[in-house]
Amino acid sequence: MIHARGLVHTFSTRRGREKVDVPAVQGVDLDVAPGEIVAFLGPNGAGKTTTLRILTTLLRPTAGTARVAGFDVTTESVQVRQHIGYVSQSGSTSSVARAGDEVVDHGLLYGIDRAAAERRARELFAQLDLDGMWSRQPKSLSGGQRRRLDVAMGLIHDPALVFLDEPTSGLDPQARANLWSHIADLRDRRGTTVFLTTHYLDEADALSDRLIVIDHGRIVASDTAENLKAGVAGDLVHLEVSDLAKVQVAAQWLEALTGGSGVEVDATSVRGRVARAGTVIQGLMRELDRVGVTLTSIEVRPPTLDDVFLNLTGRSLRDDAAA
Amino acid sequence: MTFAYQTFVVFRRQLRMNLRNPAWVIIGMLQPVLYLLLFGPLLKPLVAQFGAVNAYTFFVPGLLVQLGIFGAMFAGFSLIGEWREGVVEAERVTPASRTALLLGRMSRDVLQLLTQALLLVGLGFAMGMRAPLRGVLLGVLLTLLIGSACAAASNAVALTAKSEEVMAPLMNLFLMPILLLSGILLPMTIGPAWLQRASDVIPVKHVVDAVRSSFAGDLATTAVLWGTVWTAVLFALALWWGTRVFRRENA
Repeated sequence: MIHARGLVHTFSTRRGREKVDVPAVQGVDLDVAPGEIVAFLGPNGAGKTTTLRILTTLLRPTAGTARVAGFDVTTESVQVRQHIGYVSQSGSTSSVARAGDEVVDHGLLYGIDRAAAERRARELFAQLDLDGMWSRQPKSLSGGQRRRLDVAMGLIHDPALVFLDEPTSGLDPQARANLWSHIADLRDRRGTTVFLTTHYLDEADALSDRLIVIDHGRIVASDTAENLKAGVAGDLVHLEVSDLAKVQVAAQWLEALTGGSGVEVDATSVRGRVARAGTVIQGLMRELDRVGVTLTSIEVRPPTLDDVFLNLTGRSLRDDAAA
Repeated sequence: MTFAYQTFVVFRRQLRMNLRNPAWVIIGMLQPVLYLLLFGPLLKPLVAQFGAVNAYTFFVPGLLVQLGIFGAMFAGFSLIGEWREGVVEAERVTPASRTALLLGRMSRDVLQLLTQALLLVGLGFAMGMRAPLRGVLLGVLLTLLIGSACAAASNAVALTAKSEEVMAPLMNLFLMPILLLSGILLPMTIGPAWLQRASDVIPVKHVVDAVRSSFAGDLATTAVLWGTVWTAVLFALALWWGTRVFRRENA
């Protein structure tokens, strides 16, 4: 559904009098199969938005090629637009228009005849829990409703591929969960391919079949969440030692299990990554008990996507979202 | 066919939103009416000095052009709002022609201008203006063309600036000399030579002269010729510019 090879985009900006080329995307290769839900992740400024804009024909690549929904994004951009839906994070409807009119008009711009556009729009309103919102002004809708209206706009022409840009940013947890189920439905009921960008790792984890991570304008990972997590060196073992004097002893024992990745010691806390921690933790506790180390707490946490992200980009996605 | 249809869809959407919130249309219309009612009488004792006979035949054409330029120049502000709400981007990911996206919006401005122009002309006649129908038609046509040019330019500026804070002073900077130097309120011919020379480089002055001349019934004058040429040139340039901006990647 998407095949991109060597995508490059360089922005020219002026810094003072000098003209500076800022490379935003530097050779992106990307493949998405029909029916997949793919989450596209990356810190701010990693080239996420630029890549998305190239794939949706809003931006021409400086170099490289991309075929989206079977058409070339530069030479057949009109056909690409005809076959994809795009739900931008900045919205798509005027706050003072009528919700139903906006969706029907959008359909007309896709060349759908009026009756069909209206029928499809009504169907989408029903599917997306927007019943009764047809004559309302978008400004009077809740955040979740307005975002679902944007989704309806993006689906009016029944595209085979939908791009969702940060679909749930700014929504409350309930509205997010609701939108997730609608996004999952897209694929399960209609076989739509979904390509979404997100800041939320739990969203990527819950929704997508596969994650693609971009950093510094290059793809640094593309795999299932499980495989990516398995690639992180083991589970995090976090010990709290009751006696400060025994911390070093505990650290030595834990370090022996980390396979050389080392431990972090901070006051009475000792952390380290241990492969398949469940199989060795009992032995560790027995040994610590034998040498007289008492623990106030022990925590074993399997790797999260945030660990994956930290590993790949050296940055936590959460820090980035807060920034 | 599809192009015309897409233009129509964009036009109808804009018109629907305008009609739902007609405050701006009314405010825009009130301005020339107030000029006519409150400034027109002041011109009456002075017109003889301009070489004109009827104060309203002199004044209505100026107001028409002013209406065309000032009204349309503010078209861009609503586009900034739409851009911010993501409407422009949503339209740009449809296969619709980018020129249709611009022309649909311009058509709304032209329709609005036409309504205002008819109102103004009607009111002018009611207050004693004398003008041949042919002259009025040509004058209104020129007004619509210069108005569309300004609407296209205003949309282009809006999508480039993307901020009301940038656009408002820019428009003022641009409109002030036009208002003062195009002879809308008083003819430039009563000014000193240097002021007349300065006004000669303002294209709008020639448009005002042309509309004024056609309202006076003198259709075959060089003033009409020059004004028409300038209007056509400005229209073509603005349309080209506006389309370019709508096509541009980061608009």
